[in-house]
Amino acid sequence: MSIPLTLTVNGERRDLVLEDPRVTLLDALRERLHLTGSKKGCDRGQCGACTVLVDGRRVNACLALAVSLDGASVETVEGLAKGDALHPVQAAFIAHDGFQCGFCTPGQIMSAVGLIREMREAGEEIDVERVREGMSGNLCRCGAYAGITEAVVDAARADSASETREKAA
Amino acid sequence: MPETAPRLRQGAGNVGSIGEPLTRREGPLKVTGQARFSADNLPPGTLHAALCTARIARGRVTALDVAAAERHPGVVAVMTPDNAPRLAKDPDAKDGPFTFRLDLLQNASVRYANQPVAVVIAETLEAATEGARLLAPRYEAEAPRIGLDAEAPFKPPGVGIGQPPDEGHGDVEAGLAAAAQRIEAVYETPAQYHNAMEPHAAVAAWDGDRLTLHTPSQGLTAAVGRLAGLFGIPPKNIRIESPYLGGGFGSKGVISGPQVLACMAARLVGRPVKLVARRENMYGPMGHRAETRQTLRLGADGAGKLTALDHHTLTASSRFDDFFEPAGGVSHTLYATPNLSVRHSGVRVDTGTPLFMRAPGEATGSAALESAIDEMAIACGMDPLEFRLVNYAEVEPISGRPFSSKALRACYEQGAARFGWEKRPREPRQMRDADGFLVGWGLGTATFPALMFEAQASAELRADGSGTMVIGAQDMGQGAWTALAQIAADGLGIDIDRLTFEIGSSTMPSGGIAGGSAHTATAGGAIHAAGQAVIAELAQIATTDPASPLYGAGNAGVIARAGRLIRRDDESRSESVGEILGRAGRDRITGTGKASADPAAQKSYAMHAHGAVFAEVKVDPDLGQIRVSRLVGAFAAGRVINPRLVQSQYFGGMIWGLSFALHEHAALDPRTGRFLNDNLAEYHVPVNADTPEMEAILVHEDDPHVNALGVKGVGEIGITGTAGAIANAVWHATGVRVRELPITLDRLLG
Repeated sequence: MSIPLTLTVNGERRDLVLEDPRVTLLDALRERLHLTGSKKGCDRGQCGACTVLVDGRRVNACLALAVSLDGASVETVEGLAKGDALHPVQAAFIAHDGFQCGFCTPGQIMSAVGLIREMREAGEEIDVERVREGMSGNLCRCGAYAGITEAVVDAARADSASETREKAA
Repeated sequence: MPETAPRLRQGAGNVGSIGEPLTRREGPLKVTGQARFSADNLPPGTLHAALCTARIARGRVTALDVAAAERHPGVVAVMTPDNAPRLAKDPDAKDGPFTFRLDLLQNASVRYANQPVAVVIAETLEAATEGARLLAPRYEAEAPRIGLDAEAPFKPPGVGIGQPPDEGHGDVEAGLAAAAQRIEAVYETPAQYHNAMEPHAAVAAWDGDRLTLHTPSQGLTAAVGRLAGLFGIPPKNIRIESPYLGGGFGSKGVISGPQVLACMAARLVGRPVKLVARRENMYGPMGHRAETRQTLRLGADGAGKLTALDHHTLTASSRFDDFFEPAGGVSHTLYATPNLSVRHSGVRVDTGTPLFMRAPGEATGSAALESAIDEMAIACGMDPLEFRLVNYAEVEPISGRPFSSKALRACYEQGAARFGWEKRPREPRQMRDADGFLVGWGLGTATFPALMFEAQASAELRADGSGTMVIGAQDMGQGAWTALAQIAADGLGIDIDRLTFEIGSSTMPSGGIAGGSAHTATAGGAIHAAGQAVIAELAQIATTDPASPLYGAGNAGVIARAGRLIRRDDESRSESVGEILGRAGRDRITGTGKASADPAAQKSYAMHAHGAVFAEVKVDPDLGQIRVSRLVGAFAAGRVINPRLVQSQYFGGMIWGLSFALHEHAALDPRTGRFLNDNLAEYHVPVNADTPEMEAILVHEDDPHVNALGVKGVGEIGITGTAGAIANAVWHATGVRVRELPITLDRLLG
């Protein structure tokens, strides 16, 4: 069985032929496209290490079958930085020590990017408790939550400030 | 070390020196997804493997439908006891305290649930996974023994790694008889599983009798030794790459069965094999923290001074191997008493063998002891902090040795001040918040020994002022990439941006074990020594060269800083590494160093880190729901290499303590011995929203005895103290003492 499939991954068109309909988006990214930034911690949607954005929305890539996403746009942690310039969320995670081992980090960061967009689109105020709740689908066993929360709040405030500037301009 | 070796002024003047709060050196790789964890490797031609695991806890496999699996498209081979490569060494043979028995398909027996009983190797992960399902094992099952009442307890030969099961002094019964106040209480802690976010992964490739293995390891040298023994090949034929561990917490301290099975599978099929444990595969063959039932008997005189402390632990090891949780160890250390008895008993159960898990012994023991101390303080009508100060141990209770350093009083003082402890009402159920929730405050004392293993490092300093330090150290998130690099840069007297730093491969000098909170002291000590060796040779060249401005200064008369040697008594006289080496006609100096515990110092001093953790909880008076709303920890652990990373270690440890108190609990069905919650949705660990406001105070502590760097280690101490503090805060909020952890709302309301 071969199933042709097209994804836009980090802005780049990727054509795949899957030999198996059981391939998850996560395994397609990791084992077929060799984008190993997204991590597998549980393979059943419980830990969030595989979080990516599909058409702008946060998704556990381990729970999505790749064949169901033909034509979708996927953003992964590999697509955030522009050359050597880190995405503001990435920079904030380093500055606030929002990780230790780093294994959950790609999922945390993609979840943060998604959450900041969600809050922006809903016109929500940036609130620490809202961020804690919104980031609670991403487990961190090292317990770097304090730094994660600070990083996301900081990046969200910077995002909000830039939005205000854009509107003013 | 030569007698004339220069004494380095650590932390003085290099960019990135010891003490600076640098961000993580590998941070950019981790936030961009470029840090290559073991499972991210996929050598050409790699096959994928999946485990088929036992659904019984005791018995044997009688049949596997190998034909069905082999018929599945993409399946290349099925490895069972019938065809698994024979090993050069019985995996049940023990050759040291760190050797644990492994289940490697050498027979059909089943010793615990989730034990691997076959491995399916396929062209794709999907085919391997389905093939493993198709094996549909049949069993001859025996009734399992599960739980602490499974059999009559016995006296284990040792607890932890070779510690005696029973220790003490004085006469506890007499001390209890003489007491004005007595308490006796039984505390239970459940089995817990490490659950590092990164499942154990192994990507193995053979070239003849040479093995290359990408796998996370907290102890590369020991892992190589274990594999060399099992496969009957020289250690030099094995290369393990482990630059990043996605957490370890002890579970990657020894190589586990599934990691070895990946190597066997690769040998069987003659191609590279990638085997990544599924989450549920990690509940069995990778160790866990064993359950305990701890009975504490305490007596105190009219002034609140302890007259006796009896700490008995009942715990469980597996039916086939020994690891007995050394829960009583904290009672060796924390409180002064003339009569002390610390005892352990064990039973054997049909689970995987327990293992060291973050603060093994101290975490379980401290949860019980700190609750008991709270109960004793209450019985004496004393404030829990006052009670602890009255019973402050000026020397180590079990040994009578002085502490190499102990700033615990400062921890109590600074923590209490920051938390506002003085406003705490003595009686429970006195405080409510604006929403009507009951508020309680609790305290726990934290402690963890300052251990030291053995390590070597090699160093190079080049004429261009750059340097290299190489050590097979391991970073599982604690910050070795950064903190050890800071020690290396200072050791070589260069700025950190001139340093090439390499860790995480078994081809490097042994970095020892990343465990026991000893890695910075041990690997850092070797790095420091290697730097010293290089600088000693450089100083020898400079100070004996009449053309050098340092001529005649003597080795001890110079210091190394920012790529220069500087005269200690006249800093205007200095010379660059390049100038010194240039005249000597050399382009580099290399050196090696090693570190291990100093037996004389260890004999003379008790070495422990200490801390005090203050917790606030809020409890819904109707529903019993508990939230930790505030945690303040004050810790003294010798010299701080990097305060940013140390704070993160304390936070992480305190969250583990919170998890211990309120969340974690591995549930087994006693009839089948199978897990009820071997997944991350039902085995609860804290999520972000469970985590309170936290503060960690880094209390100053100088320790001239503990080791060359004065470092005690910070990775585990945060758990200790915290679980007890939260349990005590729950009592203070509600007046209900829950002695069975985790404290869940049913236990609180029940």
